[in-house]
Amino acid sequence: MATLEITTTVDAKGLSCPMPIVKTAQAVKSLPSGALIEVLATDPGSVKDFAAWCRSTGNELVEQSADGAVFRFVIRKK
Amino acid sequence: MDEPINLVLFSGTDDRLQAAAVLAAGAAALGKPVNIFLQYWALDAFRADRIARDHGLAAEAGAAGREAVDALRQAGQASWADTLRQAKDLGGIDIQACSLSMDLLRIEQDDLDPLVDGVEGVTAFYLNAGEGQLVFI
Repeated sequence: MATLEITTTVDAKGLSCPMPIVKTAQAVKSLPSGALIEVLATDPGSVKDFAAWCRSTGNELVEQSADGAVFRFVIRKK
Repeated sequence: MDEPINLVLFSGTDDRLQAAAVLAAGAAALGKPVNIFLQYWALDAFRADRIARDHGLAAEAGAAGREAVDALRQAGQASWADTLRQAKDLGGIDIQACSLSMDLLRIEQDDLDPLVDGVEGVTAFYLNAGEGQLVFI
């Protein structure tokens, strides 16, 4: 099985709610179905927000991690 | 299709407009249609020549609130107008000026920032609102 590469990174570090989600929604719009997108955010609400956004929009939250104050999400577009 | 989220904006202070912009942007990111109806002082804040100015804060903010809001802005928080502009790029957000407030404040449509899509009366607003939730700010 081919491993999909992350094609787009959204750097939302330093942005407050809801801009990390808005920037991600904007970026996802132009991508093909199945594309992998990486998001970096420092908004403490983003952990729950990205989980909720993915659940609601049908995009898949593939990975989630934290490095210090920076949260990283990998999302596969529906 | 989802029922829309309907935001009626009355207050024209930056903190209330910021709260409204956050609600609108969050809904738009979830793919929900958003109708925004601008009345009174909120409409005044959407004048093209006033939208970027300091609109003050709600009375309860006080000096400590002013400081907190300024600190967040200095840390790079998008203004309410920028938040709305970016959210509108996602589609689904329609911003209408209340025609009564247009008369009251003697505003013509050309006086308004391009964020505003048009002018309508309350009946048209309710028709578009459908069965969706309505929030007054």
